[in-house]
Amino acid sequence: MPRMLPEATPETRHFWDGCKEGELRLQRCTACSDSYFPPRPFCPKCGSRDVEAYKASGDAILWSYVINHRPRPDMGTEPYAIAVVKLAEGPTMMTNIVDCPQTPEALRLDMPLTVSFSKQSDDISLPLFAPAK
Amino acid sequence: MKPGSVAVVGAAETTKMGVIPDQSVIGLHADAALNAMADAGLKPSDIDGVATAGISPTELAWYLGIKPTYADGTSVGGCSFMLHVRHAAAAIAAGHAKTILVTHGESGKSRVGAGRFGAAPSSLAGQFEMPYGPVGPPSMFTVPVLRYLKTYGLGEEDLANVAVVQREWAAKNPRATFKDPITVDDVLNSRMIAWPFRILMCCLVTDGGGALILTSADRAKDFPTKPVYVLGTGESVETPLVSQMYDATSSTAFRISGRKAFEEAGIKHADVDHLMVYDAFAHLPLYGLEDLGFCKPGEAAAFIREGNTRPGGKLPLNTNGGGLSYMHSGMYGMYALQESVRQMRGIAPAQVPGAKISVCQGVGGMFGAAGTVIFGNERP
Repeated sequence: MPRMLPEATPETRHFWDGCKEGELRLQRCTACSDSYFPPRPFCPKCGSRDVEAYKASGDAILWSYVINHRPRPDMGTEPYAIAVVKLAEGPTMMTNIVDCPQTPEALRLDMPLTVSFSKQSDDISLPLFAPAK
Repeated sequence: MKPGSVAVVGAAETTKMGVIPDQSVIGLHADAALNAMADAGLKPSDIDGVATAGISPTELAWYLGIKPTYADGTSVGGCSFMLHVRHAAAAIAAGHAKTILVTHGESGKSRVGAGRFGAAPSSLAGQFEMPYGPVGPPSMFTVPVLRYLKTYGLGEEDLANVAVVQREWAAKNPRATFKDPITVDDVLNSRMIAWPFRILMCCLVTDGGGALILTSADRAKDFPTKPVYVLGTGESVETPLVSQMYDATSSTAFRISGRKAFEEAGIKHADVDHLMVYDAFAHLPLYGLEDLGFCKPGEAAAFIREGNTRPGGKLPLNTNGGGLSYMHSGMYGMYALQESVRQMRGIAPAQVPGAKISVCQGVGGMFGAAGTVIFGNERP
């Protein structure tokens, strides 16, 4: 069973195109300079439509997670961590942690992480995170 | 709304509860509605307002033969019914309707006539959460909790203890699904679902329903049961994505909703005799106690450990056993409301002696929404 994949909308297309090209793209407000996620064509802090996409550092820390033990046929790798990372630029993002044992001992909160893109289809690469080298 | 100007005059759960393979979702709504009408001594033709979630108010009204002047289909998850009560109180005060029926029914276990759970791949959840492997609420609602535990130096045993104490209450409720006592070790040795959550830290999956009937306090005295007054209400919504909570250690929606309800009721925390906090998972009562202001941030686990919320404690919490032990059909908020009403009527199986004020806190989605209703059995 193929993995459940996102379907981009016009408002999120730049993000998924970025992932395909190996770039984690955030948006920020040119008026109040707040960085935000998920994508939308206006600043959720001040309402301005003057926003720009930019290439984020890809650096993050492990913010929180669970290790899922229940079967999900399109994943098939249980147990695996479903994580929230806090990006260096501020926003949080749900993701998976790769290149790391999926155990409480190995997955330490606040550990530094780096983005790593996993190609799933011609259109979609998912932004996953690995322990920073 | 003026505190106490609207009252609950009918309240009932479905005739059966637990596993009900012979009733569909709409059938459970109707069964609960008919029981609540019987409780209030009313017929469908006496109802002029309807509110429900899960199914549409159109389905509900037509199925019961009600031709309403007011319909509320607010659907923000398990606390929708708290919002329905709030909106009904406003609608009655505004004259939109006189007698409003709020129903819930869900075939959570048997899935008879039930829809499917899922997000479209182009939705926000479909794009930014579902691809990473969540398997329903047990692996989503629980995601912020490790951050909460680390922030306050707490551990798995603090989650386990919530389930242990609620089982003490469940033991006193004949209709509770689980009644046998459990220990912290039992919880920590139960099946792993989504670390650090084990099955005994997760709610039940059952079938059932419930219904409430509200009217003005002036009319309430003419009904057969003791009126339960709505003293104050609150609501808020936060995010459809648990990964986007404003703060992983606190529900902003709980804080907004709770504060509004306390202000409206004009009461202090010390006035509260009984508390319900929707517990889909063992961390909800911890967040609820803190975000409603009963405990300072990080202190709820100790508050429960010290026995304050157990039978005989100073703040009886989830006295039906909660979603962890009583029942949980999917949108549990209705059962929390039913228990608050029973406590205020003085007829709960685990009755809190002399209780006069009950706070009922609901959550919707995965920290997506909140609703608060403060009930009292004396008109202010």
